[in-house]
Amino acid sequence: MSETFTKAMARNIFYGGAVFFFLLFIALTFDTVQTLPKRDHRENITDSVVRGKHIWETRDCVGCHTILGEGAYFAPELGNVYKRRGGDFIKAWIKSQPTGAPGRRQMPQFNLTDEQLDDLVSFLKWTSEINTNNWPPNIEG
Amino acid sequence: MQYKSQAVAKPYFIAAIGLFVGQILFGLIMGYQYVVGDFLFPAIPFNVARMVHTNLLIVWTLFAFMGAGYYLIPEEAETELFSPKLAIIMFWIFLVAGALTIVGYLAVPYATLARMTGNDILATMGREFLEQPLPTKVGIVIVALAFLFNISLTVLKGRKTSISLVLLLGLWGLAVFFLFSFYNPSNLVLDKYFWWWTVHLWVEGVWELILGAMLAFVLIKITGVDREVIEKWLYVIIAMTLITGIIGTGHHYFWIGAPEYWQWFGSVFSALEPIPFFMMTVFAFNMVNRRRREHPNKAATLWALGTGVMSFLGAGVWGFMHTLAPVNFYTHGTQITAAHGHMAFFGAYAMVNLTMISYAMPMLRGRSANSRSAQTLEMWSFWLMTVSMVFITLFLTAAGILQIWLQRMGSNPMSFMDTQDQVMLFYWLREIAGLVFFVGLVLYIWSFFYKKGEAHIAA
Ligand code: HEM
Ligand code: HEM
Ligand SMILES: [Fe+2]
Repeated sequence: MSETFTKAMARNIFYGGAVFFFLLFIALTFDTVQTLPKRDHRENITDSVVRGKHIWETRDCVGCHTILGEGAYFAPELGNVYKRRGGDFIKAWIKSQPTGAPGRRQMPQFNLTDEQLDDLVSFLKWTSEINTNNWPPNIEG
Repeated sequence: MQYKSQAVAKPYFIAAIGLFVGQILFGLIMGYQYVVGDFLFPAIPFNVARMVHTNLLIVWTLFAFMGAGYYLIPEEAETELFSPKLAIIMFWIFLVAGALTIVGYLAVPYATLARMTGNDILATMGREFLEQPLPTKVGIVIVALAFLFNISLTVLKGRKTSISLVLLLGLWGLAVFFLFSFYNPSNLVLDKYFWWWTVHLWVEGVWELILGAMLAFVLIKITGVDREVIEKWLYVIIAMTLITGIIGTGHHYFWIGAPEYWQWFGSVFSALEPIPFFMMTVFAFNMVNRRRREHPNKAATLWALGTGVMSFLGAGVWGFMHTLAPVNFYTHGTQITAAHGHMAFFGAYAMVNLTMISYAMPMLRGRSANSRSAQTLEMWSFWLMTVSMVFITLFLTAAGILQIWLQRMGSNPMSFMDTQDQVMLFYWLREIAGLVFFVGLVLYIWSFFYKKGEAHIAA
């Protein structure tokens, strides 16, 4: 690097750049938070959806599955599973685990009650209605 | 070693390496579950192995960062550490908390662990990388604050160099952005949006400051190049990091419910994120080429150069590959993501830690460098780990491309599970490469105990 470009100049670019772009990030975040209600349909977040998310978290579903493309890549995407399979299938599936098929990937048995299963389905239904800019590319996730 | 209190770094480095071994063992368990699905089921389900693997990665990285801080700060500040005793107490607290957390993951069902540890009072668990129970998260904050307090006061009473300053900024940033892990709204979109303030603003933000400072420190020591030159590079690199990386967070906001304009902001800014990584590579090679002394620790030099190259490949090249929104539409959440995550995390953060340990450990053991034969062994471990990580990345990339082709393109897409069966070959190859990686890691540890040949005595 040239001699006329000093360490002090480099330092100033660092501080100036960091502050400027952090403030821009805050501004964009502010705008995002303002527009989100139209995209996430939060009016549909019922108590059941809230409980469903809690079950989702305390069973660490995201340790095997993706949800809106984030999580683990061991098992299918579940952000759109409500649209792919429907509520009844989801409940029957969870109840019948593990399959025990030799050599196949296994999902644990979580011993959820019927009410907990309904909550989980409400959460997955609400999730499938988020405006994701048309992701995933197709129903398979 | 110039200051007695630098010695507190040693247990931190040893713990880091120990936990690294645990991380890899659980990686291998998961790699095997990818091909033989019911392996160790139901004793260790995949999600449990995964949280052990990724949390050990985070914890050993934190141990190594703290060790680096305790080693580097007294030498830069030219004064003894403010409180070596506090550093040792925190070491034991962190180690015990970390061990208990891992035992908790393995011994009790996750839902029970959550109930036992107060997750119903403040729900923070069950999100990727942030699976830790509430007491562990609080523990991380306490240990981090005690550490920051300790090294900040050391800098305040001593010489204030740019390297210390950048390291402090990075570490304070690490603690501040971790606080977002306590924010878990029931609205999944908001949850995800701010989850990335911990995860992305760590690895593509403040951690790069830590990485840059550690690399700059080691380069000054082994090359003897003028501090002014090295610190100027450091500032330019981290300036580019934050200018591109903060708005670059947008590359995670394409499909999670956030507004469409993030496709532009995220694509454009994150496409520039490889620049600081490229500069890091040029920086490392440039400084080594302009060296003014022949430092006897050749292994540390190799690690420093390797960090430059591998972080550029993993973060820069593999990151760029899937960061533009039209590409990410197809690659999002596939094996491509896993390929990038592995090479970037290893190439940047695992390798800079190993660079620091390679430089500092001999000093902590009273010599400027290990014997020639021990260094040869260490260099073998460098090549085994690095090359096998390149292969892990290539195999996962191949699996990812096929996965996208079969499952996400064309008019007759396959289901997720059917697609997995089709790419099984590449998962087998990844597991074999993982075993070679493990051999490299064993050699690495062996190099610490290798006795043949004379060690270089500290000048
Ligand atoms: C060498 C043997 C290794 C094997 C066999 C292995 C295997 C795995 C597997 C199977 C996953 C889960 C992928 C999924 O969710 O489906 C994973 C995740 C992960 N591993 Fe490893 N791993 C190894 C080494 C490493 C190393 C050395 C690092 C970094 C230093 C690392 C960092 C990660 C990270 C960051 C994730 C999360 C990735 C993501 O969310 O995209 N792993 N690993
Ligand atoms: C050392 C620096 C970096 C590390 C340690 C790192 C690590 C990771 C990890 C672990 C993930 C997976 C997160 C998850 O589980 O959801 C990820 C995702 C991603 N990274 Fe990086 N990364 C780094 C730098 C970069 C850079 C410089 C770029 C762009 C040029 C980039 C682009 C991306 C993208 C686009 C994703 C999302 C992938 C998806 O949509 O599934 N990364 N990164
Ligand atoms: Fe990112």
